[in-house]
Amino acid sequence: MNAILEMRGISKSFPGVKALRDVNLVVKAGEIHAICGENGAGKSTLMKVLSGVYPYGSYEGDIIYQGAERRFARIADSEHLGIIIIHQELALVPLLSIAENIFLGNEPARMGVIDWNEAFSRTRDLLAKVGLKESPNALITNLGVGKQQLVEIAKALAKKVQLLILDEPTASLNESDSDALLNLLLEFKGQGITSILISHKLNELAKVADSITVLRDGTTVETIDTHAEKISEGRIIKSMVGREMSDRYPPREPKIGDILFEVKDWRVEHPLHAGREVIKNVSLHVNRGEVLGIAGLMGSGRTELAMSVFGRAYGRNVTGKVFMDGREVDVSTIQRAVASGIAYVTEDRKSLGLILNEDIKNNVTLANLPGIAWRGVIDDQKETAVATQYRGMLKIRSSSILQKTLNLSGGNQQKVVLSKWLFAHPQVLILDEPTRGIDVGAKYEIYTIINELASTGKAVIVISSEMPELLGICDRIYVMNEGKFVDEMPASEASQEKIMASIMKQYGAVQ
Amino acid sequence: MKHEAIAAPGPEQAKAGFWKDSLRDYGLLFSLLVIMGFFYFLTDGISLAPLNVTNLILQNSYVVIMALGMLLIIVGGNIDLSVGSIVGFVGAIAATLMVGFHFPGLDIDVKVPWQAVILIALVLGGAIGAAQGYFVAFSKIPSFIVTLGGMLIFRGLTGNMLLGQFVGPFPKSFQNISAGFIPDFDDFELFKPLVGGSNFHWGSMIVGIIGAAVLIYTGVRRWSRSRAGAMETEPFALFIGKNAIFALLILFFSYQLASYKGLPEVLIIMGVLILIYAFVTTRMTIGRRIYALGGNRLAAQLSGIRTDRLTFFTFVNMGVLAGLAGLIVAARLNSATPSAGQSFELDVIAACFIGGASASGGVGKVMGVVIGAFVMGVMNNGMSIYGLGIYWQMVVKGVVLLSAVYIDVYQKSKG
Repeated sequence: MNAILEMRGISKSFPGVKALRDVNLVVKAGEIHAICGENGAGKSTLMKVLSGVYPYGSYEGDIIYQGAERRFARIADSEHLGIIIIHQELALVPLLSIAENIFLGNEPARMGVIDWNEAFSRTRDLLAKVGLKESPNALITNLGVGKQQLVEIAKALAKKVQLLILDEPTASLNESDSDALLNLLLEFKGQGITSILISHKLNELAKVADSITVLRDGTTVETIDTHAEKISEGRIIKSMVGREMSDRYPPREPKIGDILFEVKDWRVEHPLHAGREVIKNVSLHVNRGEVLGIAGLMGSGRTELAMSVFGRAYGRNVTGKVFMDGREVDVSTIQRAVASGIAYVTEDRKSLGLILNEDIKNNVTLANLPGIAWRGVIDDQKETAVATQYRGMLKIRSSSILQKTLNLSGGNQQKVVLSKWLFAHPQVLILDEPTRGIDVGAKYEIYTIINELASTGKAVIVISSEMPELLGICDRIYVMNEGKFVDEMPASEASQEKIMASIMKQYGAVQ
Repeated sequence: MKHEAIAAPGPEQAKAGFWKDSLRDYGLLFSLLVIMGFFYFLTDGISLAPLNVTNLILQNSYVVIMALGMLLIIVGGNIDLSVGSIVGFVGAIAATLMVGFHFPGLDIDVKVPWQAVILIALVLGGAIGAAQGYFVAFSKIPSFIVTLGGMLIFRGLTGNMLLGQFVGPFPKSFQNISAGFIPDFDDFELFKPLVGGSNFHWGSMIVGIIGAAVLIYTGVRRWSRSRAGAMETEPFALFIGKNAIFALLILFFSYQLASYKGLPEVLIIMGVLILIYAFVTTRMTIGRRIYALGGNRLAAQLSGIRTDRLTFFTFVNMGVLAGLAGLIVAARLNSATPSAGQSFELDVIAACFIGGASASGGVGKVMGVVIGAFVMGVMNNGMSIYGLGIYWQMVVKGVVLLSAVYIDVYQKSKG
């Protein structure tokens, strides 16, 4: 078989980070080619290079597609050649109909007047191809996620797709929808359409993939031909996570005390879809002086768990109990959660953590204004002192405490958010992806702060998608998947393989 | 995966930043001076004559007062289009209660003393604000829609109540809210010989001098304190220049007012409110929280701030101030009319945006808004004296609003 696509020596950097390093990918015509790797391994970046989201010139290396070198300046260029990417977050307009969505930007029209008859009849044909019986008039918002996914694929077909790229298409689908989708891919394969499938679910890969390319830390590890050798779960996991650890973590001597914080029988429903449980009966505890990790893939419910405990900032119909020092506490609002000694540092510091157009000082004191005020009047000198103290303590690199947080680097922004919550003097600090998108040096400093906090008898809960980080800084780790805790292990006994295996177990992994 | 490795700016850049920020503030003050000068020449000096300066204050007091409330609303990320109608409605209710009416159900005549009417009017304004605030804050209906509805409803109710008639006149003491002046030396037998029967109101002038002195004193104290605290301070020249201009303006206005009838009572109300709101927005936790709410609602919420309650509060506050403005307008006209307060919301909102408030929330200062209100006021007044047609006045005001905001946005995008 000939290669339909060859990506040679692709490198892509963002300021401060090399996201892809000399990646090679060969996709044969008419195959289903799977790409797997950890979060942040570079899968999505690679696909964005391929589809022209990152235009030619912003990366190094060559793309050879259908026998010629291609230099895509924009997405339209790659789409024109039949390369269609379907993103994890669907790009459909909810309040438009199926037909309108399928032909959005590509309407069958003469002089700007849309020929709705043609649009409708073509939509009907396309829907039949993907096995949907909905009317072309149906609104997207009334369809389930699985059907929306199929509409996306129909939209790709409308653009005469030759290379279909699916980014974790089954992440939010249930089993029967997933099966239907995978069967569709097999059907397309019969019609000569090549697919690239990004997925974590190894059982799916085993079912449909002809080749599997594994990425790790922005480089290609290997490409496995599933017909030549029998693949095993352990083999792929090792390939995905097998990297060495160095002293990227400060030394830690845990002094673990009594149980400080407990969550029991926690259940949360999706804020929009009533009845859809996002957190399914989770219980956890953390001791004084302990750093607890929660591992899991994106979308496993870790953020939802943390935010729902933090004053029901997420979800509805939240049930369960929360205990602090053995006494039940009320966490029904954020104010009460904060008053009970809980702090939550968000994973999305720009849109949920900071007031970007305000300075460091105002951000640091925001969660504890009474701490610098007397009867509602702010004591300027005290506030300045507090902000100066935290700026020094956390080494926030800035011109002064009056610098706007908008102009800080990611690591320093994170330290401002951290300062804000340290100044609220919590008993339990929940950190959601505390080191996402920040450089190695700043990471080390944040780990040090975590250690210091734990050594004063507070408890720290760290949510992270970077498994080495959890192994490096935590005392104990819960493994979360699909809204449940599927495993719990002391960090001393944990390994990346073991965590990955606990996650995969749920998907009925192949042997 | 996006990283921004922006180097921390050094002290030089910080200083440049100060100049740039200041330029905005002082640019506005400078524009006000230019506009005043422009109309001074255009009207052969009439616009700054003692009588007209007094009128200027009387005409603009309610715009300034409502702009203070509107600032909080806009900083919080909302808008209130209904204030003009609330002015009319509260004025109509207050007038009807004060003048007295026959209550048919019980067959009694109702007449309420003016002191009680003031209280009722403020509470009514607050209640209207609360009703609108409820829909905005808790039902999450966009403020534009809620207050557009309020604008129609209360204008309509005013019209229905007054049926095209003027209700008035009011007791003298009530009229004094808008037409009264602070007592002066010659109002007291004891001091009369001191001023020797001159027409100049020394008492008012002295109040003005004290005001200017206090301004300079607090400014210097704050400046030296922040310098001692090793915080960044604005450059000395800038600081002196700004305070000198403000002090001179106060002295000039006091002098002109003292040459006529003295300081209007409403100026005292306005001055006190400006000071209170400046304090609340810069020094109090609730002010800080409103800025945080407008800057990033979700982040504020996750920092434990009750954003809904705060939004509600800004509307209640606006309602009370609109009620107060309703009283002032009624007192000034000595009657309630169906069209009282019509299109005031536009002047008030324009004052906020000219004064540097951001339509997306989180940004805006009390002093900016006060200056913005005076820019509008001086233009209204000057153009009327000059005899420019009402429609051309609208065109000019629109152009000024647009230019002010354009310059603001342009400066920001350059920075």
